[in-house]
Amino acid sequence: MRVSSHSRNLVPQAISNSADSEKRSEGSVELEHVSCRFGSFRAIEDLSLTIRAGEFFSILGPSGCGKTTILRMISGFIDPSAGTIRIGGEDVRGKRANQRPTSLIFQNLALFPLMRVWENVAFGLEMRRVPRSIRRKRAEELLALVDLVGAEEKMVSQLSGGQRQRVAIARALAVEPSVMLLDEPLSALDLKLRQHMRAELRSIQKRTGVTFIYITHDQSEALAMSDRVAVMNKGRMLQVAPPHEIYHNPSSGFVAKFVGETNVIEGKLVRIADGFGTVESPLGQHRARVSHNVQGESVALYVRPEHVDVSRQRQGDNAIEARLQDVSFEGSFALVKAVTAHGHVFLVATDNKDLQRLPSNTENVYLHFDEQQAFLLQSDREQCIT
Amino acid sequence: MLIILPNIALIESSFRPYLPLNEIDGPRDSYTLANYQRFLSTPVGFDIFGMSIDVPIHLRIFITTVLYSILVTAIILIIGYPAAYYMTKTISPSNMALFFIVLTVPMWVSEILRSFAWFTILSFKGPLNALLIEMGVIDSEIRWIRGYNGIVIGLVYTYMLFMVFPLYSSMQSLDKNQIEAAQDLGASWWRTHWRVIVPHCKPGIVSGCVMVFMLSAGSLLVPSLLGSPNSLWFTQTIQQLMLEALDWNTGAAYSLLFLLLCTFVVAGMMWAFKVKLSNITN
Ligand SMILES: Nc1ncnc2c1ncn2[C@@H]1O[C@H](COP(=O)(O)OP(=O)(O)OP(=O)(O)O)[C@@H](O)[C@H]1O
Ligand SMILES: [Mg+2]
Repeated sequence: MRVSSHSRNLVPQAISNSADSEKRSEGSVELEHVSCRFGSFRAIEDLSLTIRAGEFFSILGPSGCGKTTILRMISGFIDPSAGTIRIGGEDVRGKRANQRPTSLIFQNLALFPLMRVWENVAFGLEMRRVPRSIRRKRAEELLALVDLVGAEEKMVSQLSGGQRQRVAIARALAVEPSVMLLDEPLSALDLKLRQHMRAELRSIQKRTGVTFIYITHDQSEALAMSDRVAVMNKGRMLQVAPPHEIYHNPSSGFVAKFVGETNVIEGKLVRIADGFGTVESPLGQHRARVSHNVQGESVALYVRPEHVDVSRQRQGDNAIEARLQDVSFEGSFALVKAVTAHGHVFLVATDNKDLQRLPSNTENVYLHFDEQQAFLLQSDREQCIT
Repeated sequence: MLIILPNIALIESSFRPYLPLNEIDGPRDSYTLANYQRFLSTPVGFDIFGMSIDVPIHLRIFITTVLYSILVTAIILIIGYPAAYYMTKTISPSNMALFFIVLTVPMWVSEILRSFAWFTILSFKGPLNALLIEMGVIDSEIRWIRGYNGIVIGLVYTYMLFMVFPLYSSMQSLDKNQIEAAQDLGASWWRTHWRVIVPHCKPGIVSGCVMVFMLSAGSLLVPSLLGSPNSLWFTQTIQQLMLEALDWNTGAAYSLLFLLLCTFVVAGMMWAFKVKLSNITN
């Protein structure tokens, strides 16, 4: 977002009248052993989570895993069947949605189509019986904050997708929430706009210091924007960690596969020493890091495509013999598909500059990876299917 | 043609004097506004809002008809809005078809029978009084069909669905997230209704009100069956003119006047509530 000096001046007013430190503690969200059932269906199972004040926290998971349900519990539209939710340290049980210090940005934005843009933004203030002239002024300030000066009198239907998005953000910020809850707000936008809005959201969050809980099923979005990412599946939290940790050191196969592309070698654990384990599979023996507990001997080795190299000669231990099948050009990099004699498919991401010197299709090649960059996890075939 | 022709004949005859048969097409049979002027003749005392003014009797009947029709519309709106809201909240769309069939079953019975049923229920020695006495709510029978009571009850019952249907369908089309968004931004229950749900349902409310008002004002059966000796509905006046006095010309004039005036009333109300005609159609 282009930050004009004008809008930067507005920020302190636009956020809150309360002291900064006070705001900080207000914005924390804790979920303690929270469950949610719809009839006999368990949407959320015994979920515990602490989100710090002022954090940009993303929740990532496949469709139907319960992301929206979590947000709706925090904002007060559904009551958890069990467990406690605290916002700013205060138990919010029994508080209805209109009494909680949260603002929800809906999956479909839910702007009011019969009101003008500024009335949409000022709606929360209207509900707090703020006089009209002050409302109008605040709406203008907030619209400036989201770079929408001059759109006050327009109807929502006259705005583009990205502009509507920003109206929704302004509307949510107007009530000075301690916590902003965003339910896949960018999913309806095209790629270009989405990337632009990501940066914009991030900068608004930085400037306002409001806690953002951001829901998405787009992993690159979560990695790019967040201070911490939570990956969940089927109503359970699988891992909560900073983006690089999630990417480089996932705690389970599901996380490894859901976040970014990855190659898998399933096999038997033959030994562990000095934090490295050796897997035996039909492809041979390979070594990789072991940073999460591994029980039993059925394990899987994961290695990201960008950590795999292709060469004509065998070099070192962690090598796999394969034949190149396909190269797909992805813009900033190329994805090479290699197939072993057993029919196992490997993905290799290579630099565009290297494309020319790739071996031809008919040749046998060797795929290598560093044992530091590969990791061993317990095999979770059951979860792979989902 | 079959629809338009009788109307043209009606309009035409309304401008001709009421004459004995042998003088029709005779020299006195020229176009005149006499039939319309009759509407404003025969003034009688009329108490309205505490004032007593002299008003032509037929105009008086017309005004009471309009006022009671507005009352009926208001009652139906007040009952119908929560009913429609409750239906949208509790009944899933898949059950809706069945529900509406159940609701419309009374419509299969002719209006006469339904009005008679109410006549029986409300009658002095009828089941309603018996029930209320049984329950100890009242000590002695109440004469329900008195003044305009019977008509109002009958009309509310008869035309309720004409309000609930358009209201329900407009509420159904409201995105539930908008209601939640309003609450999330701090709106209380009734402010959510006032700022979000009612504006969205305005077309439904307006078309329901217009329909109910026109149907009530134009109803003949209900006032005839559930009216009391001292209630007069304008349609009954027209009927008397046409069928009892056989004065088709004045009857036709009154029908036209009635239609025009009701349209004015509706237009006036719509203007007062800042509703545009396009709101009704979409
Ligand atoms: N009101 C409800 N009644 C019954 N089941 C529900 C209800 N709301 C959600 N569910 C179920 O709970 C599960 C989680 O739903 P939720 O809306 O939280 O998913 P989500 O993670 O937000 O998915 P998406 O990414 O598609 O939005 C789903 O399987 C859904 O069918
Ligand atoms: Mg969702």
